[in-house]
Amino acid sequence: MTATTTAAAGTRPAARRPRVPNLVRFLGKRVAITIGLLWGVTVVTFALVHVVPGDAATANLSEQALNDPAVVAAYRAKWGLDQPIWQQYLHYLGNLLHGDLGTSQQTGRPVLTDLVQYVPATLELAVPSMILALVVGTAVGMLAAVRHGRASDQVVRVGSLLGLSTPPFWLSLVVLYLFFYLLGVSPSGGRLSPQFAPPPSVTGMYTVDAALAGQWAAAWDAVQHLVLPVLVLTCLTVATLIRFVRSAMLEVLQQDYIRAAYAKGLPTRTVLGRHLLRAGLVPVITVSGLAFASLLSGTVLVENIFGWPGLGQYAFRSATGLDLPSILGVSLFVALVYTGVNLLVDLLYGLIDPRIRLS
Amino acid sequence: MSGSALLSLDRLAVTLPGGVPVIHDATLHVEPGEIVGIAGESGSGKSLTAAALLNLLPAGSRVTGGATFAGEDLLGLDRAGWRRIRGAGISMVFQDPTAALHPMLPIGRQLTEHMRRHLGLSRSDARARAVELLDQVRIPDPQRTLRSYPHQFSGGMRQRVAIAIALACRPKLLIADEPTTALDVTVQAGILALLSRLRDETGLSVLFITHDLGVLSALTSRTYVFYAGRVMETGPTGALLSTPRHPYTAALLGARPHGAAGVGSLRPIPGSPVVPGQAPPGCPFAPRCDFATADCTSAPPEPAPIGTDRLSACPVAPELEVTP
Repeated sequence: MTATTTAAAGTRPAARRPRVPNLVRFLGKRVAITIGLLWGVTVVTFALVHVVPGDAATANLSEQALNDPAVVAAYRAKWGLDQPIWQQYLHYLGNLLHGDLGTSQQTGRPVLTDLVQYVPATLELAVPSMILALVVGTAVGMLAAVRHGRASDQVVRVGSLLGLSTPPFWLSLVVLYLFFYLLGVSPSGGRLSPQFAPPPSVTGMYTVDAALAGQWAAAWDAVQHLVLPVLVLTCLTVATLIRFVRSAMLEVLQQDYIRAAYAKGLPTRTVLGRHLLRAGLVPVITVSGLAFASLLSGTVLVENIFGWPGLGQYAFRSATGLDLPSILGVSLFVALVYTGVNLLVDLLYGLIDPRIRLS
Repeated sequence: MSGSALLSLDRLAVTLPGGVPVIHDATLHVEPGEIVGIAGESGSGKSLTAAALLNLLPAGSRVTGGATFAGEDLLGLDRAGWRRIRGAGISMVFQDPTAALHPMLPIGRQLTEHMRRHLGLSRSDARARAVELLDQVRIPDPQRTLRSYPHQFSGGMRQRVAIAIALACRPKLLIADEPTTALDVTVQAGILALLSRLRDETGLSVLFITHDLGVLSALTSRTYVFYAGRVMETGPTGALLSTPRHPYTAALLGARPHGAAGVGSLRPIPGSPVVPGQAPPGCPFAPRCDFATADCTSAPPEPAPIGTDRLSACPVAPELEVTP
């Protein structure tokens, strides 16, 4: 007895010891990969912007200014466009290492300042959409899997297929027509009605900032402005999620441990809510990383239609204006978000599945 | 059939959704404290019989005939009735413990969740009983095991955990569906000894399903041989294995490696097992049988008594002189 307890006590810390260094090594590796990735993003974006036919000067200067070679030359010199591309690139990289993302040709402000302004607006759309999509997608997908082959499953399958094949801009226009034009229950776009001044900026998200400042009327107005674009973005994401959750849960339902749980006499809600959900969440988390990616790209269209001054609109304007520093800034930010989401996914994996935690 | 039987099936028939008949007229009984074997090839319906006993058949399956457990009509149970029987009356150990244990729930949770429900135990009482159970199935360091996950154990240990889970709510009947098939031979012996010991200590009845005839002789008192969803032969395990009274039992024994005889002495059964739903009109084994006559292909033979304690569904059984 004493022999076994001491042996057990002796092995446990030994088994645990490599865990923290493992995590540190894991995170270190991810940071290194992320730095490499960000560097790759700068190279590819730089190359792409130069490969695209068109010219920043033509895109940004007026017809009249373009006819004056002196103005064009001054513009090129101001933005460093007269230098060879490799010099432009090295110059940008040097500034980047010092935390300087350059100045936007469109807004004339530092790209970082622009990002600080536009990113919270997009997060205000993306985060609630993602949470809604995850909750609804998991619940509906699970329901369809449990009722496999029955009428409700068919409805969900057809519904998610419709959702998948609906273009987000079309859906945006339809909900605007319905809820703004016909029913008049929703604002047409923007983040806030004109009678409200933007609340003092803390997080940059109007709903949160207005609530923090105690301006409840403004907060409610901001929420009303959120509803339609969030609805469209949720629909866009939830269709993919439902299909994925359904097939993942169907696979888990075939497993012996689900049969074993029923064989123990557990009620259906325990089997589904504990045994099925726990196992089905792992693939769901994987796909939610991808779903977040499609959601972010969806914001470009949705923000344009709803006049939402967020990252999507900023990216759109930067791209049409061939505004290299802004394009790079947006690309770097999006790449950073992707790697962050993927890291979160991997960490959540370990939290849910003990087999991954130890290896 | 004796009235005291713990479980008795009377001409039980199972049809899967889509109208595929998989079990025909299975008549079977298990006495309290008895270990009974069901033997047969894969696809013989032995696992589906087990599933039928816990109402775990695919949705839309049809079960007819009679099934009585501890005086209760199983086929008349509603959902709440099944929840009461499952785990606490009849419980099950699956073939592959790796698949049958939830990989992401700690063993303590899997061992106590149904106890709290069936036995109405508090969290701490359930944990105390869990420790006892793990001790009973000879798992060292039960306290630590409760906090561990299945992947931290070997196959044999996982099956011991699965048995502890199955026994947690003091069931009267344990269905063991090929519980040793996925395990090493040396580990198998330990699991068989454990089941035998549990029967002796607690008076548990066991329905032991296997395709391995060798395992049966060590453990079971009586054996039912299934083929294509029918009981081909039944009797005391020793007599059944030494003097089979059905050509199929004999063929199974002949296909089994034993003793010093080389691989050359193995006799594979000619032909292939019956596909469910495509059984010939007569005896399902007739197409593969050396003794088949014209009569065998008209109607499936009824099991007929041989001596006092055996039944064989073969008309030539009384004259059958086969050496396994």
